[in-house]
Amino acid sequence: MARALVNIPPKAKRGEVITIRTLMSHQMETGFRYSTTGAPIPRDIITTFIATYNGEEIFRAELFPAIAANPFITFTTVATESGTIELTWRGDNGFAASEQATITVE
Amino acid sequence: MPSTCKPSNLTSRRDALRLMGAATAGYALTIVRVTPLAATPADMRTAIEKITGGAKVSAGRVHLEIPPLVENGNTVPCAVTVDSPMTAADHVRAIHIVTEKNPQPNVISCRLGPRAGRATVSTRMRLSDTQTVVAIAEMSNGSFWSGSVNIIITLGACLEDLI
Amino acid sequence: MSPMRCAALLAGLLIVASAIAGASEDLPREKQRSSYDDMAPATRAMQDADTDNPGMLWVLDGEALWRAKTGSAARACADCHGDAKQSMAGVAARYPAFDAKRGGPVTLEGRINACRVENQNAQTLAYESRELLALSAYLALQSRGKPIAIDEKKLGETIAAGRDIFRQRQGQLNLSCAQCHDQHYGGKLAGNTIPQGHPNGYPLYRLEWQTLGSLQRRLRNCLTGIRAENHAYGSRELIALETYLMWRARGMSMESPAVRP
Repeated sequence: MARALVNIPPKAKRGEVITIRTLMSHQMETGFRYSTTGAPIPRDIITTFIATYNGEEIFRAELFPAIAANPFITFTTVATESGTIELTWRGDNGFAASEQATITVE
Repeated sequence: MPSTCKPSNLTSRRDALRLMGAATAGYALTIVRVTPLAATPADMRTAIEKITGGAKVSAGRVHLEIPPLVENGNTVPCAVTVDSPMTAADHVRAIHIVTEKNPQPNVISCRLGPRAGRATVSTRMRLSDTQTVVAIAEMSNGSFWSGSVNIIITLGACLEDLI
Repeated sequence: MSPMRCAALLAGLLIVASAIAGASEDLPREKQRSSYDDMAPATRAMQDADTDNPGMLWVLDGEALWRAKTGSAARACADCHGDAKQSMAGVAARYPAFDAKRGGPVTLEGRINACRVENQNAQTLAYESRELLALSAYLALQSRGKPIAIDEKKLGETIAAGRDIFRQRQGQLNLSCAQCHDQHYGGKLAGNTIPQGHPNGYPLYRLEWQTLGSLQRRLRNCLTGIRAENHAYGSRELIALETYLMWRARGMSMESPAVRP
């Protein structure tokens, strides 16, 4: 289950700077650890996070193994117009997840 | 700890052990101090050069906030704020966090622009040891700025895996 | 930290502890203190805001599982219990509970599994599995802010058995739970403040674990810490300890899913 917890204000005034808070379920296995039998545990992390606002990219982050499990990322954007904010996470082993939220701008 | 942990009572091996416990407790406080970028070891420098393409990095304008009390290095909250008007003409293009002693220096690289409104990002990172953490901002005029903090990671006693 | 250094620290504590060992009172209610109060502001903030609390990821899973038809009975929890916000309000604060059919205590996880077997014809879920943690987190959330109140009349024997284990010196370090958590809470063990060891936030997200975990996982941690022989998940010993700890924390507010360092 790729469960995400996303907080985007449903309403904002035009020009207002809103904060978007995101949490994504992921173990973020570093690739630097060994199992109890001594075998290296392969890296399995989220590598990319992208946010778009009505299709236009507004924020992007490249993640490394030093990001803690269940990655938490917050960033800001100017509420320009009503529409959809889409968040996408991609990572090792074909990991892909996305969340959408609509925002009404007055 | 009880008040028996005084050096004046140091008369036996028991007392010495007791004192050791008290001394270790003293390290429980996390100290954060600002350090110059120059003090960083080679692989972090290499990572920074890769980010900047060798351009000069000036100290300032970047505020890296890590709480003064880091309770566990596995999950360290951090926030980076850059002084910038975030206009089309003058804004932050990217924010990077790098560390000195983690197995790999890079933590996160964020790309943003004037639509962000404010140059602020936050996340939670892993710190393997007491070390310097550096945040670097790339501005729209091509200049690079940085802020850094030295973070002391304390060790707990009753960990699940005693590595 | 190396095992040697950890052992030396604990041994140091043991020496101090042994000087004043022998206290036999239960922790008085007026001295109860949640570990939340000893946490750094940033860690408290992580617990306080549902948008920042990673434990809520499990709660969301639990909510979905509550509504999902499961087992050969194809029955969801919600089919019998309806809206958990109403039917399960305050329930987790009363667990472990006395189970009349078994004539003994049953933990929240045990009740979920019994319900699966008896009413859903589904398999039991393993301790620390994503699903069991999710369901228990979702149920425990419905008790957030509610005072812990277990049935001390019916569970008297279990509470007494748990108290005995709590006070029993054990392991290579020859320490009892009480020596740290009744007699030395507030002190330091390496970088940690010794907590009173209350179970008022489970299942909880531990920064060290980087995941949600049950009280029994934490108890097993502690037993490893004092180099004692461990007890299996769901064993009589861990259930007794869990029951005693919930009784010892009676009246305290549930914080589930809490965040701890």
